[in-house]
Amino acid sequence: MGLNVGCAARPGRARDNKTGSWRVFRPTVDSETCKKCGLCVLICPEGCIREDDDGMPVVDFEYCKGCGLCAEECPAEAIAMEQEEK
Amino acid sequence: MRELRIHGRGGQGSVTAAELIAVAAFKSGVYSQAFPAFGVERRGAPVQAFVRFSDSKIRLRSQVYEPDYIIVQDSTLIKDVNVFAGLKEGSIAIINTEKGGDAFDVPPGVRVVTLDATRIALEVLGIPITNTSLMGAFAAATGEIEFPALEEALGERFSGPLAEKNIEAARRAFAAVGGGA
Amino acid sequence: MMEIMEGSHAVAEAVKRCRPGVVSAYPITPQTHIVERLADFVADGEMESDYLTVDSEFSALSACVGASAAGSRVYSSTSSQGLILMAEVCFNASGMRLPIVMSIANRALGAPLSIWNDQQDSIAMRDSGWFQLYAEDVQELVDYHFLSYRVAEDHNILLPGFVCFDGFILSHTYEPVDIPDQETVDAYLPAFDPYQKLDANDPISMGMYATPDYYMEFRYELDRAMERAAGAIEDAGRAFGEHFGREYGSLAEAYRMDDADTALVAMGSICGTVKDAVDEMRDAGRKVGLLKLRSFRPFPKAEVARALDGVAAVAVLDKNISPGMAMKGAVGLEVRDALWKTGIDVYSYVIGLGGRDVRRKDIAAVADLAESGRGDMFYGLREELI
Repeated sequence: MGLNVGCAARPGRARDNKTGSWRVFRPTVDSETCKKCGLCVLICPEGCIREDDDGMPVVDFEYCKGCGLCAEECPAEAIAMEQEEK
Repeated sequence: MRELRIHGRGGQGSVTAAELIAVAAFKSGVYSQAFPAFGVERRGAPVQAFVRFSDSKIRLRSQVYEPDYIIVQDSTLIKDVNVFAGLKEGSIAIINTEKGGDAFDVPPGVRVVTLDATRIALEVLGIPITNTSLMGAFAAATGEIEFPALEEALGERFSGPLAEKNIEAARRAFAAVGGGA
Repeated sequence: MMEIMEGSHAVAEAVKRCRPGVVSAYPITPQTHIVERLADFVADGEMESDYLTVDSEFSALSACVGASAAGSRVYSSTSSQGLILMAEVCFNASGMRLPIVMSIANRALGAPLSIWNDQQDSIAMRDSGWFQLYAEDVQELVDYHFLSYRVAEDHNILLPGFVCFDGFILSHTYEPVDIPDQETVDAYLPAFDPYQKLDANDPISMGMYATPDYYMEFRYELDRAMERAAGAIEDAGRAFGEHFGREYGSLAEAYRMDDADTALVAMGSICGTVKDAVDEMRDAGRKVGLLKLRSFRPFPKAEVARALDGVAAVAVLDKNISPGMAMKGAVGLEVRDALWKTGIDVYSYVIGLGGRDVRRKDIAAVADLAESGRGDMFYGLREELI
């Protein structure tokens, strides 16, 4: 049978599926304005923003879809969405 | 196949009586079947329960309409429910009452056995639960179940002093109806 | 050894001997005595199961899905609205191919509220991908539990199943029954060997997303498994005979069908009453027989066609109603399908809904109606009320 019984699947597919290519706008963080509150890390639906050793957000562009939620929610308005050059 | 219909009110133990008569009949060596017909699930509401006795496997699942025997746990039911419906020549009606058999207007050919089961229950158990007394009366009046089998069934259902008291109530009723235990 | 006990307590004894690792159920009349007794067994240490107390039937079956996926043999039981509340989970359980066994104490669906018997609840779940067996008496009811786990857990089947039995009529009846001993059950039903299970060290997800490129094939495989279940039920029934001395080698049982002109078709406890009615009609010279369906899913189409070959009229007793369907009853429709193009007249009679008692004389009256070409109707309505 060509199907897995009960539609069972092994994990790991989301990691393999790099969604960064979907992006039209990319988030850019203004390090002067950022208060390092970490809200963007929590809010990112792809879980692809992390904090560096100084608490500054770093975006993993292999997965960032450019949805803009981080920019929308940033209390300091430190994230701008800028069109990608493709 | 013989059939019994028990009339009572919710809380009087009619369903238990049917079950234990079926158990005693099985222990007496016949095939038996007991099942209830609940009306509303409420204390005091009229309830019926049925027992069938047969020498072979019982397949029939419908209610009992032409009983060979009835037990009436509470004679006040007679004005609300047609407890005598379907009785036929040779049927036996066992009624818990202080009155004699002549007080009841039964179809012709029906034998009425009356018993003050409430008095026995109050004296022996201290509560007016008459089902076990009426089981004793049923054993004596019909011969469908042997008294030792009834005693065993009661002993399995109840424990300790409660078993002894219920067996005593059944024994007194059995004797009152002329059983020779 | 024959003993006498209540049908529900006999079910609990059977389930105990199936050794489920998890029991998860929510009480509902008339199923209650089963789960009360199982809770006692677990509390008294007579049964090594986790007994989960949950907040609804939806949760009860959801917990079963989780426990089954984690590799445990699981058991549940319900009735009526409880089953309908489980509906969403039922479809998931079969889609995930989890071999859950659930006893259905058949009861009417509200509104109006009714605690009494018909078979609307399980028949409404016809398309849920669970196999459905219907017991005639307490002995079959007990035996079908062992048989159902064996079929469900077969790696070639992997389907959940209902053991259906008429509420009150069997659940609350005391009658003699043979409860097999544990060793005999263990020999027939080995320990659960899951085809796959959730394991933190080797993770999988079950019941994943299927796009339009895949979904139909999953449903096709589910249907094929149900078709294979027919053979598996027969095999398990024959093996049952070898282990227990009682054989269930067919999905439909013919009673006095030889030379019958009129056939009654029924499922569940009504079959006992029908057998007595058939005997009476035979004594009166009428050529009448019964075909009892043990299984509604899978539907034994070939066996029905074979058993009813040569009769003039078929009367199907339907303890269900599909409002708006021309034939009325769901079982009748499938019997008519099985006899398609044979020219045999098949009629459905909606009977015994909501606990309306069915007597031998009613069965004879239905046979009369079928012979006179009248059917696809309710039988036994109180005309003064309508």
